[in-house]
Amino acid sequence: MTQAAASPRTPRTVTLDDTDKAIVNALQNGFPICERPYAEAAKALGLDEADLMSRVENLLKIGALSRFGPMYHAERMGGGLTLAAMEIPAAEFNDVVEKVNAFPEVAHNYARDHALNMWFVLATETPEGIAETISEIEKSTGYKVFDMPKAQEFFVGLRFEL
Amino acid sequence: MSQLDTIDRAIVKATQAGLPVCERPYHKVADEVGTTAEDVMARMERMLESGVIRRIGAVPNHYALGFLGNGMTVWDVDDAQVMDLGQRVGELDFVSHAYLRPRHLPSWPFNLFAMAHGRDRDEVREKAEHIRTLLGDACRQGDVLFSTRILKKTGLRLTT
Repeated sequence: MTQAAASPRTPRTVTLDDTDKAIVNALQNGFPICERPYAEAAKALGLDEADLMSRVENLLKIGALSRFGPMYHAERMGGGLTLAAMEIPAAEFNDVVEKVNAFPEVAHNYARDHALNMWFVLATETPEGIAETISEIEKSTGYKVFDMPKAQEFFVGLRFEL
Repeated sequence: MSQLDTIDRAIVKATQAGLPVCERPYHKVADEVGTTAEDVMARMERMLESGVIRRIGAVPNHYALGFLGNGMTVWDVDDAQVMDLGQRVGELDFVSHAYLRPRHLPSWPFNLFAMAHGRDRDEVREKAEHIRTLLGDACRQGDVLFSTRILKKTGLRLTT
């Protein structure tokens, strides 16, 4: 295993004040659709519009938030989405990463500590695109792709309390 | 399935990287798309109702916020009970996503996936034990897969 694959990327953590934490907690639950949504969301938090906007901007800048905005549901837009895994020998891992990541359909890719050591999300424009892309990846890398599309989502609200 | 027209798709493209941070973000999107703010808001309301938009809001970066333990817990759960038990696992406050997925025997016996988050790996392992207890006899085996490296992270991208 290469050194990079063996050790997790050293994460840089950020420190938030209580107002920032309240913002992160509250804005995970939704954001209004109206003329002045920041003003409305700010009111619920006891802030003013300008303060909320500058704090959201800062939370994005320091990486406390990875995104702020609408989250789209690929399948409901007519596209395909799946979770896929591969078992790649350590010596070839980095080469295969490069080949897999070259596919624009690969949205996220993680190395994980298991015999199946590469896990990625595939998002395609059409449902048929999943099988096509998997077969392309298998051809390009020479390794089998395990397709694990979700059969059911147990969704309870993506909330993360700080 | 998709009933998105050209304007809807233009809105998706204009907002998939994020909503503008300004006083009137929907107006700004409308200017980009070439329609009125009222139209953008009505269309986004519709997409929320139909589930094309899951929700609008903040996506926290677990790692940056100090949740350095993020484990994919996976379980081999009796098919007759997995729908009920999956729902209960999904309701746990430290679980952000839970899914039923197909097994690939013999190499992959697990059918229930739950992403568990904690301050460190030990905390995630404790939480995995909690899930295991909840699953009880319906669970034949389980594992926790930690990510050792992020190899790629781009959001969903509409290209056409």
